[in-house]
Amino acid sequence: MYLKRIFFGASAVALALVFMSQTGKGSIARGKDVYIQQCLACHQADGSGVEGTNPSLVKMKYVLGDKVTLVRIILKGMQGVDIDDERYRNVMAPHADLTDQQIADVLTYVRNSFGNKASVVTAGEVKAIRAKTK
Amino acid sequence: MNQLINTSTTMPRKALHLALGLCMTGLFACNGGGNKGEPSAGTDTTKTAQSSAVDSTIKLPAGFAATTVAEDLGRARHIVVAPNGVIFVKLAHSKNDKKGIVRLQDTNGDGKPDQTTSFGDYGGTGIAIRNGYLYASSDEDVYRYKLDSNFNVTNPDNPEKIISGLLNRHEHESKSIALDNDGNIYVNIGAYSNACQLEDRKKGSPAQKPCKILDSAGGIWQFKADKPDQTYGTGVHYATGLRNVVGLDWNTTTNSLFVMQHGRDQLHDLFPDMYDTKQSAELPAECMYELHKGSNCGWPYIYYDQIQHKKILAPEYGGDGKKEGGKDAQDPVVAFPGHMAPNGLLFYTGNQFPEKYKNGAFIAFHGSWNRAPEPQKGFFVAFVPFSNGKPSGDWEVFADNFSGSPENTAAAKADHRPCGLAQGPDGSLYVTDDAKGYVWKISYKK
Repeated sequence: MYLKRIFFGASAVALALVFMSQTGKGSIARGKDVYIQQCLACHQADGSGVEGTNPSLVKMKYVLGDKVTLVRIILKGMQGVDIDDERYRNVMAPHADLTDQQIADVLTYVRNSFGNKASVVTAGEVKAIRAKTK
Repeated sequence: MNQLINTSTTMPRKALHLALGLCMTGLFACNGGGNKGEPSAGTDTTKTAQSSAVDSTIKLPAGFAATTVAEDLGRARHIVVAPNGVIFVKLAHSKNDKKGIVRLQDTNGDGKPDQTTSFGDYGGTGIAIRNGYLYASSDEDVYRYKLDSNFNVTNPDNPEKIISGLLNRHEHESKSIALDNDGNIYVNIGAYSNACQLEDRKKGSPAQKPCKILDSAGGIWQFKADKPDQTYGTGVHYATGLRNVVGLDWNTTTNSLFVMQHGRDQLHDLFPDMYDTKQSAELPAECMYELHKGSNCGWPYIYYDQIQHKKILAPEYGGDGKKEGGKDAQDPVVAFPGHMAPNGLLFYTGNQFPEKYKNGAFIAFHGSWNRAPEPQKGFFVAFVPFSNGKPSGDWEVFADNFSGSPENTAAAKADHRPCGLAQGPDGSLYVTDDAKGYVWKISYKK
């Protein structure tokens, strides 16, 4: 009986972990904290940015598309890029000092918030992209 | 001859196309000759004519009313109104086939512009009229055009390049202009940086000591208004220590240049242990300075704290939010709450508004973004009364609700963003909007 309960509990925990890693729920929660600390001042609480100054993160191709490009924006920063014919003036500093896990978490949060829906970004993916980014 | 023309209120579409075609081939006088007849049935009315009703969304003191004289011009930056009422607006970049400078004229005398022409293959911010010339700036150069007696531009495709090669590193790159009455033109060259860190806006990145950016930017340069091909080498480095100026005006009472500085951003982001988000939203002040040759306003070494009424040493240079600094830096004339982005400054010299407005300063606040997560602020035109060249009372909001609602303001989701200011020959105040390209005329009726 006792063993059975342990087995059941462990299974539940394992199942929950599998579920969370697939949906990125834990990552999203952690990513939100990173977002508040690192991103909110410019991209705003709702991710909608500021016209002409800081780009929106809502349903933008940069955000939803290729993870390599996206991770590199975090690592290298960004400035003076036209997005959908709009020039954004403000400077985004590089954030290479964030850990692979923090970058994975914040990107997973951004890709699954503000009306966005896209696959999770894992720390392993960030690590691989960072290794190839000069 | 390549000015785009839009006279569709007064011309049937076919006639317009014909006229445009003739215009391109140089057979037809395209500029100025508006048809004074009534609009023909079935013609399109231009946006300028459609919209010139009173705009009640703009909140004003009792007795004032705002009418929309243009909309959808594009990113309408600064504006100047000629003595005959012709309006010139500088656009940040061209849009809807319009070029970089728009000329609006009311040809039938009903108070609404009905003729729109545009020229100038460059975006920019600055525009001014002086001694028979229209001056306009790109983000690197300043041009001038010869005006005829009706304030038509005589050389729209061949302006004289007055100044060239000013620094543009895509941050604080707009070049505003103002002219004095002694043949000089003043140009702001914004610092391509927030706080002169080695890595801009990067937490932990140390400051440049000294700040080398100040050698070629972060100040005001003075040039001759009538001399072609001037560069940094021939200009006068007039004032320094100004992070970024967009609104500036020559004050004819004091015979001096006044500027509005955009104060630094991100005190909390960069120094979370020294500044909480509320302090970071309010600080530092957006400052008005009166400049003279050799003025130093202190950026990046200090900022002005409008709550403590002190020049505070910047945290990048050893400050802690309390230590004072900048003994050599001058104090502001007026200090406003932080981050509201003053983009237009105008000293009112007209006779239409009540006496308290005479010689006072209007400031167009474009609106903040760097107050998040606190509510954003701005999106209004403020007023400061002046007497004998000095402020004689507190600043107040003059024209409000450009954003459309308090919720829009708080979220920085503004319908309109005030940018440029101009005074009309009848003493009305004109305001541009660089979000949707509106131009309003604010008038006073007793």
